Amino acid sequence: MGTYALLAFFMVLFLFPVYYLVLGSFESPAQTLNGLHAAIPTSLTFDNYTGLNHAFFSSTITGSLEGFYTVSTLVSLIVVAGGLVVNSLAGYGLARLKFRGRRLLLLLVIVLVIIPFEAIAVPLYYMLNGLRNTIIVQALPFIGSAFSIYLFYTFFLNMPPQLEEAARIDGAGPWRTFVQIILPNAKPAFASVAILSFIQIWSSYLWPLMMTSQPSAYPLSIAIGNLVKQQSTPNYGEMFAFGVLLVVPMAIFFIVFQRWFIRSVASLAVKG
Amino acid sequence: MITATTPLPKRHRRKIWTEGRVGLTMLVPGIGLVVAFMLIPFFFSIWLSMHVEIVGSNIPVRAVGWLFFEHMFDDPIFRGVFLKSLENNGIFAALVVPCQTLLALFLAILVNRSGAFVKFCRTTFFLPVVFPMVLTSLIWKAILAPGPDGMLNAILRAVTFGHFTPQYWLGNVHLALPSIIVLSIWQGTGFQMVIFLAGLQGIPSSHYEAALIDGAKKWQLFRDVTMPGLRNTTIFVIIVTTIFSLRVFDQIYLLTQGGPLNATSSVMYLAVSQAYVANNVGQGAAISVVLCFIILLLSLIQRQVLRERVD
Repeated sequence: MGTYALLAFFMVLFLFPVYYLVLGSFESPAQTLNGLHAAIPTSLTFDNYTGLNHAFFSSTITGSLEGFYTVSTLVSLIVVAGGLVVNSLAGYGLARLKFRGRRLLLLLVIVLVIIPFEAIAVPLYYMLNGLRNTIIVQALPFIGSAFSIYLFYTFFLNMPPQLEEAARIDGAGPWRTFVQIILPNAKPAFASVAILSFIQIWSSYLWPLMMTSQPSAYPLSIAIGNLVKQQSTPNYGEMFAFGVLLVVPMAIFFIVFQRWFIRSVASLAVKG
Repeated sequence: MITATTPLPKRHRRKIWTEGRVGLTMLVPGIGLVVAFMLIPFFFSIWLSMHVEIVGSNIPVRAVGWLFFEHMFDDPIFRGVFLKSLENNGIFAALVVPCQTLLALFLAILVNRSGAFVKFCRTTFFLPVVFPMVLTSLIWKAILAPGPDGMLNAILRAVTFGHFTPQYWLGNVHLALPSIIVLSIWQGTGFQMVIFLAGLQGIPSSHYEAALIDGAKKWQLFRDVTMPGLRNTTIFVIIVTTIFSLRVFDQIYLLTQGGPLNATSSVMYLAVSQAYVANNVGQGAAISVVLCFIILLLSLIQRQVLRERVD
């Protein structure tokens, strides 16, 4: 019984901010910031959602909700889809091809896994400054990922090689084998990498912050960040509504593929 | 991010294509992108840190040697800010690493059973992981709002029957960093919990059965079976959380801009504000280089600690 009481306690602790976000997004601005009254649903309204586009023009930020969604979606699509292709191929090559310098290349990938994006953000900002305010520059540094290559590499290494050897005897090269044998049998690895890179790119803030200065190039995170950052008393109701819209695609994805989400995070500690 | 690597089974280490250069083209796009956007920037940051350069101008680049590194440790004004930021990262790590690791382990043990309610709780604890830091900052800005109408102030007043004085959480030199730490723990714990959960489920049940036959009590089971079984998982979690503590940027930029009085400035916040806000790319790069070396050093220590068990 004690276990369940503890679970309930922590559940309330973890769930409360989410509850406040969702409820607050349906409350009038005066109600959202009104002590404990804000936690009790009384008069609910859709005004915050309908007023959102207006909020961008009335504050320092302009741009449209559709615009922000389009940028975020396109950037995520390029990073996730492009990343799956290039990183799986590189991981497969490292796992199954024999060539000089393979060990060195593997070492390079492992060292690059350690270096976080934040540590190379400043030189990248200097290098790619000419591409400011484009969609492609927001995706470019994240398509090739040492971390994804490494996850694919360990996955392919642990795959029984018999099928591939049979394909080889039939005269298939590595490319054909990859498409015909590996792709249908490596769905868990692809799902894990897709989910992890989607969480990362949809949430990314530092890079688009450095690379965008025009509202037409803002992804959702930057547009919301500009509201959060304001020093003057913000309109919490509209901020909450915007926050809900940011997390909804991710939340739907999460609820549908929950097992995969948890499994892919667990796979981070590969046989730790 | 880092992975706790262990030797893979020899059985599958077979190379399929051993002849000449067949198939090497499949490596080119992935490795090429990683080299272009990770390796080259890494080396480029060392070069940048020794030159003065202005983004988007024609002013010629000038070599200044170790000047920017000297700033960090000798310049009377900048030294103070840099060391304060480093100290804040240290405090952040010193509080987040033990608190979050223990909480994550505790929650993992709690949810390591079946049942609909337990499953719901597991989802709840993991949910903040899919929340972008921008969203977490947004929610907590409202929770931490100053004055008696702020949610946290109102809750604390209610539970103390009005004795609690409302605080300006993010504007108080002593409360701003702890506030940032609390919201970071809320966002990050679920991630560690899932890793611990995988670790717990990886301990063979035969180990527990053997201990039970020996008459082990509940806490002895935890000490003699669970803890040793989670050794590598714990090291992994601790190192990842430490590195995460060194990377912290978003919530600081969004909520406090390093203030009040640099009370929440972090190394990464300082690097970005130097390069991006103050247009001093060289100084920003120099800070990044220091950050990189601290992280590489930590990773080396991790590998060393992990190896000890194998020997």
